[in-house]
Amino acid sequence: MVIGPYQHPLAFISTDVADEPPPRDFRISPPKAVALKLHKVEKQFGDNRVLRGIDLDLEPGQFLAIVGKSGCGKSTLLRLLTGLDVPTDGHIGFLDEEGRETASNARIVFQEPRLLPWFDAADNVAAGLGPDVPKPEARRLAEAALGEVQLAEKAREWPAKLSGGQKQRVALARALVSRPGLLALDEPLGALDALTRISMQKLLNRVWRELGCTAVLVTHDVAEAVHLADRVIVLEEGRIKLDLPVPQPHPRRHGDPVLAELEGQLLASILGEA
Amino acid sequence: MTTFETFADTGRKAVSSRRHKAVSSRRQLRLPSLSRDVLLPYLLPAVLVLVWQTGSSIGWISDRIMPSPAAVLAAFWEAASSGALANDIAVSGARALAGLIVGGSIGFLLGLANGVSKLSEQLTDTTLQMLRTIPHLALIPLVILWFGIGEEAKLFLTSLGVLFPIYLNTYHGVRNVDRDLLEMGRIYGMSGWSLFRKVIFPGALPSIFVGLRYGLGIMWLTLIVSESIAASSGIGHMANNAREFMMTDVVVLALLIYAALGKLADVVARALERRALAWNPVYQK
Repeated sequence: MVIGPYQHPLAFISTDVADEPPPRDFRISPPKAVALKLHKVEKQFGDNRVLRGIDLDLEPGQFLAIVGKSGCGKSTLLRLLTGLDVPTDGHIGFLDEEGRETASNARIVFQEPRLLPWFDAADNVAAGLGPDVPKPEARRLAEAALGEVQLAEKAREWPAKLSGGQKQRVALARALVSRPGLLALDEPLGALDALTRISMQKLLNRVWRELGCTAVLVTHDVAEAVHLADRVIVLEEGRIKLDLPVPQPHPRRHGDPVLAELEGQLLASILGEA
Repeated sequence: MTTFETFADTGRKAVSSRRHKAVSSRRQLRLPSLSRDVLLPYLLPAVLVLVWQTGSSIGWISDRIMPSPAAVLAAFWEAASSGALANDIAVSGARALAGLIVGGSIGFLLGLANGVSKLSEQLTDTTLQMLRTIPHLALIPLVILWFGIGEEAKLFLTSLGVLFPIYLNTYHGVRNVDRDLLEMGRIYGMSGWSLFRKVIFPGALPSIFVGLRYGLGIMWLTLIVSESIAASSGIGHMANNAREFMMTDVVVLALLIYAALGKLADVVARALERRALAWNPVYQK
C-alpha cells in the first residue's frame, strides 16, 4: 500500500516555518507521543474491585491492545488512562520523551461514534480541537483530518447520512485532529460488519504509523489485537494475566502464521486453557 | 492492499447509483401530480363545504341553526370591506403573540434552568407541576377580579396557558439529551456556554418544538375563551357580539377565522422546525 505524501494539517499554523529546514519525513512531530507508567492502579466501584493493582509500562509510540472476557476491567482501565475516571489507588503517569511527567493529552474513540447529529462531519471533527481554535481555522484543520480518513468529500454531510463505518471514521478524525499523545480506542470497530472492519483496521494501522502516537486498543477480538498491536495484554479479574509482545513488522498480512500462533496463545489464556 | 477497498467502494457506488436511479424514476412518475400533494389535504374540507351548502340550499339545514357557506362568505365580505375584520384579527393576533412571547419565554427559561440545574429543579419543579394541574381557564373569575377586563387579564391567561407545555417539553428535552454526547462534549473541553450551545440546546430542540406547537394550540384556545368573556375588540368579541344579535353567520365566520389562524401558526412553527432540525433524518426529504 502506498502512503500518499502526508501533509501535517497543523504545519501551517507554525510561526517559524521559514527558519526551519523542510521536514525530511512525513512525520512532522507535534504529536508528542507519551509514555505510560502505571503503578499499582486500583479501581473500585462500591465493593467491586474492578482493577487490582495494575503495573504497566508503555513506551511512547507503542500500540498496546487489551483483551479479556467481558467484565475483566479492560474498559475501566481505558477510562482511567483517558482521565474519564480516577483510580481509587495507585498512580498513572504520562511521561514525555525526556521522561518528565506531562499532561495526558489523550483522545478516545468509543464503540458508538458519538457524533453530534446537528453538526456536519467537518464541524464534528472541529469539535475535537477544543474551544480555543478559531472557527475558520478549526474548519480547515477538520477538513484536512477528514482527508486523512479518506472522507474529505463527506465534510458537509450530516452524520445521519453516513454509514456506520463512515461515522466511525469521522469519530477517528475528531480524535486525531488535535494530534493526541495517546489515542485510546474502546472497541471502536465492535459495531461494524466484518468487511468494513478489515478496511478500518488498515486505516487505524496507517494513521497510527503516520502520527506516531501511543495507542491503546480495547477489544474482544483477539485477531484484531494481534493484527494491530505491538503488545497484547490479557486482563482477568482486574489483573494482567498475560503480557505478550507481537514482534511482526507493520503493516501485517491477514493469515500470517506467526500472528495465528500468537492468537492461539492469547485465546488459550483468555479461555483458561493455558 | 487497496484493491479490496476499491472493489468494496465501487460495489457500494454501483448499488447507490442504482438506488438513485430508482428514486429518480419514481420522482419523475410523481412529478406531474405534485399539485396533488398540495390539494389532497383540502379535499375533505371542500366536500364538507359542498354538502353544507347543498343542505342549506334545499332547506335541510335551518339558517337559524347554521348559516349557509354563502351567507358566511357574505358576512366575511361585509366585515372585511368595513375594515372591522382586519382590525379584529390584528388585535387578536397581537394578544396571541404577546401571550406566546411572555409565557413562552418564562416556560422556556424555567425548562432550561430546571433541566440543567438540580437546585433549580428542586426549588421550582414541584410547584410548577402543582400549578400545571389547575385548568388555567378556571382562574377566569379570579383574573377578572385582579385585572378587570382589560388587556392584562387576557395576557395573563394566555401566557399561563402557553407556559406549561413549553416548560414541560423544554425540561424534558434538556433532561433527555444523550448522556454519551454530553460526556463526549466534556472530553473535548466543552463546558458551560459552549456545552449548552453545541450539545444541550440542539439536543433539546426537537422536544422544544413539540412544546411550541402544543403551546400554540393552547394559546388560541385561551384567547378565544378570554375574548368572548371580556373584550371590546378581537375575534372573540366579534363572535360574542354576534351571538347576542343571533347573527349565526358572523359566529361561524369567527370560528373559521380561528381555524385559519391556528393553521397559520402551525404552518409557521413547522417551517421553523424543518429549518432548525434539518440535520434530523425525519425532516430530510
